[in-house]
Amino acid sequence: MTTPLLSIKGVSAFYGSIAALKGIDVEVMPGEIVTIIGANGAGKSTLMMTICGNPQAREGQVIFEGRDITHMPTHEIMRLKIAQSPEGRRIFPRMTVYENLQMGAAVAQDGDFKSDLARVYSLFPLLERRKGQRGGTLSGGEQQMLAIGRALMSRPRLLLLDEPSLGLAPLIVRQIFSAIRELNRKEKLTIFLVEQNAFHALKLAHRGYVMVNGRISMQGSGRELLERPEVRSAYLEGGR
Amino acid sequence: MSAARTENASVLSHALKDALLASIVAFGLFILLLGFLIGDARGGMGLTQRPALLASVIGIVFVGRFLISLLYYNAPALRAALTRAWTAILDLATQYKTALVLLVVAIAIGWIFFAPAQWPLVVMLVATLLVGISLGFSAAFLVFAILFPVAFYDNPYYLGIAIIVLTYVMLGWGLNIVVGLAGLLDLGYVAFYAVGAYSYAIIAQMYGWSFWACLPLAGLFAAFFGILLGFPVLRLRGDYLAIVTLAFGEIVRIVLLNWVSFTNGPNGIGSIPRASFFGIPFNAEENGFAATFGLEFDPTHRTVFLFYLILALALITNWVTLRLRKLPVGRAWEALREDEIAVRSLGINPTNTKLTAFAIGAMFGGFAGAFFATRQGFISPDSFTFPESALILAIVVLGGMGSQIGVAIAATVMTASFELFREFEQFRLVIFGFAMVGIMVWRPRGLISTREPTAYLKERKTISVEHVAEGRG
Repeated sequence: MTTPLLSIKGVSAFYGSIAALKGIDVEVMPGEIVTIIGANGAGKSTLMMTICGNPQAREGQVIFEGRDITHMPTHEIMRLKIAQSPEGRRIFPRMTVYENLQMGAAVAQDGDFKSDLARVYSLFPLLERRKGQRGGTLSGGEQQMLAIGRALMSRPRLLLLDEPSLGLAPLIVRQIFSAIRELNRKEKLTIFLVEQNAFHALKLAHRGYVMVNGRISMQGSGRELLERPEVRSAYLEGGR
Repeated sequence: MSAARTENASVLSHALKDALLASIVAFGLFILLLGFLIGDARGGMGLTQRPALLASVIGIVFVGRFLISLLYYNAPALRAALTRAWTAILDLATQYKTALVLLVVAIAIGWIFFAPAQWPLVVMLVATLLVGISLGFSAAFLVFAILFPVAFYDNPYYLGIAIIVLTYVMLGWGLNIVVGLAGLLDLGYVAFYAVGAYSYAIIAQMYGWSFWACLPLAGLFAAFFGILLGFPVLRLRGDYLAIVTLAFGEIVRIVLLNWVSFTNGPNGIGSIPRASFFGIPFNAEENGFAATFGLEFDPTHRTVFLFYLILALALITNWVTLRLRKLPVGRAWEALREDEIAVRSLGINPTNTKLTAFAIGAMFGGFAGAFFATRQGFISPDSFTFPESALILAIVVLGGMGSQIGVAIAATVMTASFELFREFEQFRLVIFGFAMVGIMVWRPRGLISTREPTAYLKERKTISVEHVAEGRG
């Protein structure tokens, strides 16, 4: 077995005295799409934020490429080969699409800006056509594409996606998910996906984890989880 | 044949009527602007009439309008040719922007010097207008500023106001880095102005260093204070940041007031060395400026020099800001203003980004402070009170946060109108308040609220059908 790209070992995180994560163990292998699904408040986004060091884990370890990043400040973690498309997209509304993408490449050391840009444009051709437009004037789906594109500009080995389907129409969700699948297939990019849309996420992912109240309650391959009756009843019935 | 003649005659009379109308409008416009001059006369104010000037301007308008309506409106071929020529000129003008501005300025300065006394104003306005039409508002602003002291050489009052205006333009541009670009609300900017002024005054008096040696030091000290302020407020945003910066401004002022042994307290520091022309003092002596350059001594030389000095300092501020906006650090400032969490998630260190914004903004405040000290020759803590900070902040906010030209306009309007309304004494602040309320009602994001992209893309945006169909996202 190869070594995992990202491993989370017994991580607990707190907001004040309230435990949001209670001993989480998750592993992400190179080239995999791994998803975390769960209800509102299960701690999915907190787990994502803990990987990025905000809040930092109080117990346990987060290891990326064999390096302990548990107590590194956020901006230093993001300078490793990790990139994040944060929850709620958080693009820069008054900057143009092009400038947003430039910001994504701000800390890329060995990147070639032009080829990175071409790569993002070929993945999301819409962004190229909108490059002179201000981020805030884009539609929700376009903003999500921009957020993912911006994250890709730093040439990550691990892409963290926090609820890319949030507030988007089903058609657009499908577009974005197929772009994610393409990234993984063509470039062997490792993707860690946090999603509420369990059906789409599990269909896309190689492996998945189900989170309930700050703990991992189930894990398995995407297909396996999709067929489990408890998953179906809790997250899928009517959730389609 | 005769029909053609009648038509020609009607064209002629039409053009004449048109030109006459334009002249009447011109007369109405210029009778007060150019026809009368209020100036010093024996024993008080005097009114000079300038019929010759008025007549010649109206004559120009009449002839010009007549020719335009005769040739332009009645000859489509000529019109097309003129339009083509004009587009070509515009293209050329944008291509050689700097050279053109310099040329216009050089011609205008030469002309003003050799023209009869009444003409400088007209020449300045014409040059400004020409550049404005071909190169836009910013270039016109610049030409106007460069020609200002040449045109108003005889009027020290206007020169004085212009220097004050430019000082505030520079302060506005400096604060714009902190507030407009990085989005950090700073209510204590005047502290850096004070630090710059006092460091110049004290170093110049204690060590006798020249202005040019002290200027970088003043900027350095101010930048140091900027970092000093930056550290404790790193985690604060919005209202909380405003309160702490307000307190910082007051602390600096109160320290200046009470540290009598060092700053001379409320008595201030007097007889600060005046700026010299790169080592040549502005005085009537043999090694003075006038004697060195073979001119007759005139105290206005110093004023004009100060004007160009602050103009240069302000332009440097502007230039550096525009450059920085295109560099990673400047773009990080703007991104920080938009979304701090996103900035961090892109691997940018928000601490360094904020500190550089505070330091560079403060540095320009320090330069302006050093200039203020050398211009006044006397400084005391009274010059650095909270209302100053508020005024500078108002300039940045009203100008449209982040817009350089907006800040310049706001600074000009605010400080110049403050001077112009001097006669209304008690009502000044009321008018000021109403103006602020008005701007906030009609232009809530400032005079110029659109943000200029820093990266221009050459291709024009093409909106294809496909694009529109997909665009709903």
